[in-house]
Amino acid sequence: MKNMITIFINDKEYKVEPDQTIMKAADKLGFKIPRLCYHPKLSIEGACRVCVVEVEGHRNFVASCAFPISDGMRIKTNTHELRRARRDIVELILDNHPLDCHTCERDSNCELQRLAASMGIRARHFAGDRKRYEEDLSSDAVIRNPEKCILCGRCVRLCSEIQQVHNLTQSHRGFSTVVTPAYNAPMAESVCTACGQCINVCPTAAFLEKNYTQELFSNLNDPTMIKVAQFAPSVRAAIGEAFGLPVGTNMEGQLVASLRLLGFDYVFDTQFAADLTIMEEASEFLERVKGNGKLPMITSCSSAWMKCLEQFYPDLIDNVSTCKSPMSMQGAMTKTYFAQKLGIDPSKICSAAAMCCTAKKYEAARPELMFDGMKGVDIVVTTREIAWMIKSAGLDFVNIKPEQPDNPLGLSSGAGAIFGTTGGVMEAAIRTAYDLYTGQTLIDIEIEAVRGLKGIKEGSLTMDGKEIRVAVAHGLGNACKLLDVVRKDPDRYHFIEIMGCPGGCVGGGGQPYPLTNTVPLDDAALTKRAKALYDLDRGKTIRRSHDNPGVQKLYKEFLEHPLSEVSHKYLHTHYQAKLPVGIIPKEAKKIEVKP
Amino acid sequence: MTELAQDKMTTLREFMAEVAQREYSESYLIAVLHKAQELFGYLPREVMDVVAEGLEIPTAHIWGVATFYHYFNLEPIGRHVVSVCMGTACYVKGANRVLDALKRELAVEVGQTTDDRLFTLQEARCLGACGIAPVIMIDDKIYGELDSEKVIEIIRQHRRL
Repeated sequence: MKNMITIFINDKEYKVEPDQTIMKAADKLGFKIPRLCYHPKLSIEGACRVCVVEVEGHRNFVASCAFPISDGMRIKTNTHELRRARRDIVELILDNHPLDCHTCERDSNCELQRLAASMGIRARHFAGDRKRYEEDLSSDAVIRNPEKCILCGRCVRLCSEIQQVHNLTQSHRGFSTVVTPAYNAPMAESVCTACGQCINVCPTAAFLEKNYTQELFSNLNDPTMIKVAQFAPSVRAAIGEAFGLPVGTNMEGQLVASLRLLGFDYVFDTQFAADLTIMEEASEFLERVKGNGKLPMITSCSSAWMKCLEQFYPDLIDNVSTCKSPMSMQGAMTKTYFAQKLGIDPSKICSAAAMCCTAKKYEAARPELMFDGMKGVDIVVTTREIAWMIKSAGLDFVNIKPEQPDNPLGLSSGAGAIFGTTGGVMEAAIRTAYDLYTGQTLIDIEIEAVRGLKGIKEGSLTMDGKEIRVAVAHGLGNACKLLDVVRKDPDRYHFIEIMGCPGGCVGGGGQPYPLTNTVPLDDAALTKRAKALYDLDRGKTIRRSHDNPGVQKLYKEFLEHPLSEVSHKYLHTHYQAKLPVGIIPKEAKKIEVKP
Repeated sequence: MTELAQDKMTTLREFMAEVAQREYSESYLIAVLHKAQELFGYLPREVMDVVAEGLEIPTAHIWGVATFYHYFNLEPIGRHVVSVCMGTACYVKGANRVLDALKRELAVEVGQTTDDRLFTLQEARCLGACGIAPVIMIDDKIYGELDSEKVIEIIRQHRRL
């Protein structure tokens, strides 16, 4: 243990570890100094000044998030003057902010609103000019509303430090400062990967997903359409939070029942397609191990990661699995296999997906994923949007009687469930690849090496004497680190899983906003959501994708076998180098790529 | 890109290659942008892309720096830069009227460039010639004791140059 030092907070003496900021020391002692721009996983900005405290001997108040403690320091956190200073700071922020809380999407989920309430702000004293900007609605996934922005800089830091996409910056200065992509480019033309993490860390509504709830409601009211739903593994693990349930409550059955009550004719489960993805992906991997294709093979389920690949790692496109994501596979099977079974025209199907992800909205619109002139998924809504729809429809989500998803695309194995967390796709793929390769059954199917929230995880296993080395990265920043290793040392791994969001899909950009006492990207919350999926896996009799009788039936009746011609037509795709506005320089530009 | 622009780009690349050798090369961003503006007169997007690549700095960050400093021009500027001193002495002596006359004569607002690319109109804070207020500066030359008629005559002289 380091030499402890003495500090005084509000005249009381404490022994604390040196080399930390006032805020961190105070946090551990049970003082929660009000804050706004601070985020524990991001660099210190010191922009908002809400966390000011008084330090004896200093002429001015200091920002506790940035100020280091020293031996004998006397700190006051709650004087009359401090309270007034903080209140003035927040009032000044509010003065430059639209007064439309009651019609704002973040109403009752807004950090600024909570902060203003805790400061006791009940009137405006600094009425003045307010910034005016147009909303940027160009993207199918993430919209930007600079009028709501309070310039805390969390999104800029997140996009650069955690995701390493570097799409956002604070451009111009003073009153004209505004968060934009390079060259003021519209989000749709920028390097934005649509991961939606900026939405999660934004304290207000400066970033939001593009809302498709009204479009979905009107489709649900159309009697001429067959309405088919699917929902991602991690939606069930998080949606309860939007209804005040503890983090990590599995609400699968309640979600199925609610989707039916919302008007869906069929409720399928994306976990079914996760099993299907594993059949294709594991088979593709084994082909590559046999020498047919490039190694390491990298997973392709995460839409934000696909955009990141095309922009920044186009030289690795051949390493990426050609499999579509489970959502797109599910959509394709809905409009082909299922439509044929039902004997209906697929254009009469409205295929909707409830996803933990904002990038899936972007994915659904990708032309290369179309087949027979159709999109597999017509409408994508996030966990937040579907939670709102359930509330709006007046359904008692918490007390509703749980129901099962429909057949033939609703049955799933435990491997399909864990798709929603970092390491889950790898674990599921190993369970199947091992069995297919060796003809034996892998006994120890819970692969601890790929579980947990470590940024980059490594593991290895032996299949018939052949060593297979695997790696898993979550969050695009970790992915970039891992891929930089792969560029230098292509033989280091055989199989790599990448998920674009921290924690994997459970930490997706479309998940419920953090509760009042947690912060976005909180490891404890991500771990609890992941645990809900691991528990789901453990509770299932069928835990391997290839044992899923629904998937077996689909191959028998429609797809023939993994990697068949039919599979290739509907379940596989290809990716192309993209060099949009504001590219990060990295290696990407130095590599010859065909436009 | 014209041959001339290619030459300028080569000069810029050479300059970046030179600073890349130095310690903390990313801290030379502002110096590189100065060089770029010296060469091109402003910072076109293609130039910022080249700087991003050369210094391995994300374009968003370069955009942040380029828009933060008033010194950097993001649009092409005119052959003559007309700066109107809005310092206290000039202001008291009627700089406002001089500026209004210039806006009318050139048909531009502050910060803009005339359609014929001859003049860019700017405001300045005290040019240090308060004794002959109100003053303007065209390129590197000061003109003092102005009023709305005199300033128009000076502009017309420059048009004939």
